[in-house]
Amino acid sequence: MTNLILSPNLENADGFYADLVAAHDGLVKADSDALNARLVLVLANHIGNASVLSSALKAATLKDT
Amino acid sequence: MNKIFEFPLYAYQRSPDQDAASSVRHKVIVIGAGPVGLATAIDLAQQGVQVVVLDDNDKVSFGSRAICFSQRSLEIADRLGMGRKMVEKGVLWDAGKVFFDNRQVYEFHLQPDTGYGNPAFINLQQYYVEKALVERVRELQTGGAPIEIRGQNKVEAIGTHDDHVKLEVETPEGPYNVEADWLIACDGANSPSRRMLGLDFEGRVFEDNFLIADVVMQADFPSERWFWFDPPFNRGQSALLHKQPDNVWRIDLQLGKDINPEHEKQPENVIPRLKAMLGEDVKFELEWVSIYTFQCRRMERFRHGRVLFAGDSAHQVSPFGARGANSGIQDADNLCWKLKLVIDGEAPEFLLDSYNRERVEAADKNISASTQSTEFITPKSDMSRLLRDAVLDLSEHYEFARPLVNSGRLSTPCAYTASSLSSADALNGPEVTRPGSACPDAPLGDDFLLPKLAGKFTLLTIDADAPDSIEEGGVQATRLALSVKDDLSLELKRRYLGNATGAVYLIRPDQHVAARRDTFEENAFRKAIRRATGKE
Repeated sequence: MTNLILSPNLENADGFYADLVAAHDGLVKADSDALNARLVLVLANHIGNASVLSSALKAATLKDT
Repeated sequence: MNKIFEFPLYAYQRSPDQDAASSVRHKVIVIGAGPVGLATAIDLAQQGVQVVVLDDNDKVSFGSRAICFSQRSLEIADRLGMGRKMVEKGVLWDAGKVFFDNRQVYEFHLQPDTGYGNPAFINLQQYYVEKALVERVRELQTGGAPIEIRGQNKVEAIGTHDDHVKLEVETPEGPYNVEADWLIACDGANSPSRRMLGLDFEGRVFEDNFLIADVVMQADFPSERWFWFDPPFNRGQSALLHKQPDNVWRIDLQLGKDINPEHEKQPENVIPRLKAMLGEDVKFELEWVSIYTFQCRRMERFRHGRVLFAGDSAHQVSPFGARGANSGIQDADNLCWKLKLVIDGEAPEFLLDSYNRERVEAADKNISASTQSTEFITPKSDMSRLLRDAVLDLSEHYEFARPLVNSGRLSTPCAYTASSLSSADALNGPEVTRPGSACPDAPLGDDFLLPKLAGKFTLLTIDADAPDSIEEGGVQATRLALSVKDDLSLELKRRYLGNATGAVYLIRPDQHVAARRDTFEENAFRKAIRRATGKE
């Protein structure tokens, strides 16, 4: 059983954040939204595990503890 | 050109029932001579159960309507004596393409594994299926089977009683009354029977309109299912192209909400849409045009005392996935052997409640699959559309996104996982043949497995011992003894044994697995027969 990791886990937190923002540079809102949607799907496929994904969906609502 | 749906196939004829001094009582009356009603009647008549089919019309259904018939439906049609005819007339297909905007993003193949007596799907106009069913009824009548179709017999009222139903029937020569021990309502999504009995039909209504145009054309498109999301010729909407026999092509165009159906149906409005899709120069002739919206809903219960509902009268889904007629035919398949046992006094009426439970499970799965397809095809929110488009864009580049593309998950037989008729799994065997599953076909030399399992309880042994037959409470199970050596392709082993060295299966008359073990144990199989017939 794999659990969703909610403690710091990024190898290069600042670097990743900068890349994420940079990926949206120059994009209009619709293209940015589409990029985010594709990114979510790519990452979800990489994770694969149904319980991790379900926990991630819940965590993102900010309604958990 | 005259079409077969313009000729009466079962013209009105006066029945002696109309001149009887008091209402004549029949064993079973089926309302509706569509694919489900006729399949039900044939199934019963083949088992010697007397049946009368009443239909307010006298012809096969107008227009192509249902066109995709699944492998499971063909297997059932084989048992009903008309599968071969359907396959010979039908268009075989096992591939499809998905387009997004102006490009192909994805291509799929159905059932890459082999070793089945029937193809994964055929396309065949509903009127040909109904014609084949009527011809089968005539064949059975010639052989003396107790089956009858009465055209232009419209049921006006249904009276329900503890042990029978009374019907008021209107005909061109006036009304008459008739009775039946059992009534099976197969009168479609707008079921007058359901309305007359004041029964519910709850679910979700979808507001999008779709245009169906069946066109006759000489075209060199392959016999594949082509589906477009947001194509240039139908911006923001979907489109489908699929081949039927006689050079008839099914075209299904999403039109969206708030349209005027009467206006859109006019040839002068339909033809420009089709030319935009097919090209200005393609010559075609309109065979049938219809505008539809759809709903995903079902009755709370499919059995109400002596009245049973089957097919669209009991449940309705979107057309994406070919789950309408196919699931209705499976309803008939599930119901008829049970009704036969109950009529013969070999099983309690409780067995018919299992019809309700098993087919409700199937309807719920179909409704769920079809609702998901609908959400993908016609996204209900901006974000739903954004995610849908993201999946389609990714599917062009990456294999991982292709299983997420949903242009209609195609009908598969329902495994009755929760059925009280199934015994606990006692074989470390394959998933596809767990109790409750529909038996997958397998090759046996030049022959196939399923025709040998038809219409009776079977004790299938594969490299295992068992008596030639066992009888429990009036129900007999006859042994079919096989060995993995009977199938050199090893599909029999793969589908029925897996890692086991031998197995004994109890198979129901509808070819679903009731129980399985590694060896024959008499008490266990006697108990399994009692369970499978609603006695435990």
